[in-house]
Amino acid sequence: MAEFTVETEKLTRRFGDFTAVSDVSIRVKKGEIFGFLGANGAGKTTMIRMLCGLLAPTSGKGTVAGYDIGTQSEKIKQNIGYMSQKFSLYNDLTIGENIDFYGGIYGLSPASVREKKKRILGDLHLTRWEDAMTSDLPPGFKQGLALGTAMLHDPSIVFLDEPTSGVDPVSRRAFWEIIHEAAARGITIFVTTHYMDEAEYCNRISIMNAGEVIALDTPGSLKKTNHQPSIQQVFVKIMKQQDKENVHN
Amino acid sequence: MSIIKRKTVVWSIARKEFFHIIRDPRSLTILFLMPVLQLVMFGYALKMEIQQVNLGVMDYANSPSSRQLTDYFKGSTYFKPFDFDASPDRINDLFKARKAHAVMVIPFNFDRELERDVSIPVQFIIDASDANAATTIRNYISQTLQEYNEAENRLTSLPFEIRNTIYFNPDKKSTYFFVPGIIALLLVMISAMLTSITITREKESGTMEQILVSPIRPHQIILGKVLPYIFLAFSIGMVILLIGIFLFSVPFQGSVLLLLILSTLYIITALSLGLMISTIAQTQQVAMMLALIITLLPTFMLSGFIFPIASMPRILQYITYLIPAKYYLFIARGIILKGSNLLQLLHPTLYLLIMSLVLMVVSIRKFGITLEK
Repeated sequence: MAEFTVETEKLTRRFGDFTAVSDVSIRVKKGEIFGFLGANGAGKTTMIRMLCGLLAPTSGKGTVAGYDIGTQSEKIKQNIGYMSQKFSLYNDLTIGENIDFYGGIYGLSPASVREKKKRILGDLHLTRWEDAMTSDLPPGFKQGLALGTAMLHDPSIVFLDEPTSGVDPVSRRAFWEIIHEAAARGITIFVTTHYMDEAEYCNRISIMNAGEVIALDTPGSLKKTNHQPSIQQVFVKIMKQQDKENVHN
Repeated sequence: MSIIKRKTVVWSIARKEFFHIIRDPRSLTILFLMPVLQLVMFGYALKMEIQQVNLGVMDYANSPSSRQLTDYFKGSTYFKPFDFDASPDRINDLFKARKAHAVMVIPFNFDRELERDVSIPVQFIIDASDANAATTIRNYISQTLQEYNEAENRLTSLPFEIRNTIYFNPDKKSTYFFVPGIIALLLVMISAMLTSITITREKESGTMEQILVSPIRPHQIILGKVLPYIFLAFSIGMVILLIGIFLFSVPFQGSVLLLLILSTLYIITALSLGLMISTIAQTQQVAMMLALIITLLPTFMLSGFIFPIASMPRILQYITYLIPAKYYLFIARGIILKGSNLLQLLHPTLYLLIMSLVLMVVSIRKFGITLEK
């Protein structure tokens, strides 16, 4: 496998006259936690949808897990995990049945689903709750369970689209611990978030505005080059610069 | 992906859909109760026969023979004669107040004419504001008069006699004709509504995205989703069929097995229609409304359920080819009332088969498109 799990070159997506993603070239290393920041409508979701094989790029090219996003979307789907801000589990199924279902649609054998289920429930301290209705779970646990099922088939990369929106700080903390553990096992994490404090947990972050990547570095260097104490302030400063440039143009 | 894995995928979806169904006992109860109630209501309300025609009798002869004629009407189950002693220009008022459906006027010279071997002009005036009812009443009158003439009026000689032999429904009960129609209507409505919300529900809840990023194929989702509903709709169909046939004591002539098999085919056609709606509609509400609009009225008006297709304008007749219930009605009425076999029902069976295949393929294609965007 290549050194980079995600590699794009001038990836562009237009919807009619509107360019949602414009000439984005990024490289994400294996096992890296890559943060994707930007205001609403900056093109984050479009970017993720293209990388997941849900949306064809208008131009440019890219690979995910070594497969071409234009032509090998079936292969990509077998090798990625995905979790969106919308809760993706079925509330009227038990916790165990949800895991069985997602194991089933990835074609895992019953034995391997059983083993994975045991591990996920153990990690979340939910072993005794396998037969509980998913709707009865507190939000923090739901998010953890959703992440667990998204990684059920051992993907090489997981895309998280604002995974912690609407989750309390304590659960968010626990959620990020799971992310770090997964990254330590060599799974690449590609995460978009609104919370700037979460950006600090990432290995590298990119900031998107109007479809373009305008900054890409480690949180530490970004703070240093912009002379700001936190990512929050870095983000605000960069956004202000962008606005000025737009006015001058 | 190997074949075993593919089976696992379809099975996983079917199992999950099955859980959705049984975890919602309220909807499940409604699903079984609603059609039963509708069946009973429709079954008793939908009748074309007119019982108890209110017949005003204006007997100017007032003789033994004229009273005898009136007695024939009194003896018939169809008529409720009453004496009407008023001037003829009051007849209209009688109809306007809906007190009578028909009036019989016996002339004063009734006895004399009867003995002189001439035709006796007895006048009948029928309220024809309901044309169909008027025709039926007229038939009842002729029938009763014929009975009278044969028994009492020996002087009339008929040049030839018409004797009707009525096949398949000798009592001419319209209920026998309508019960299969009601079953066809309820089956298509419920089946289409069942599947119409399955995909839209997942679009609304966001779980659809999760399924779309998995390597699952469109046909696997469609197959997995339709399988459990075949069983559900089939059991609902069994309940309706049993109640329909036993409660209304419809005589069953044909093969039960054949009816069950072809009913399943009809159910699959309706489920595929619902699935296709589900791939188009964005919300559950829209999907439900679409399913209702597409099934209810066309089935009611254009399937031959109540109105004969042969008497429709040409354009409407062409449209009836698109109504699945039309073919199911051929099948259900054929098997239940006439005892038709598969060979005799080959045509409608093939139509249903082709229709469900086309709807399935369209749903899969439509679903594939939402995947790419």
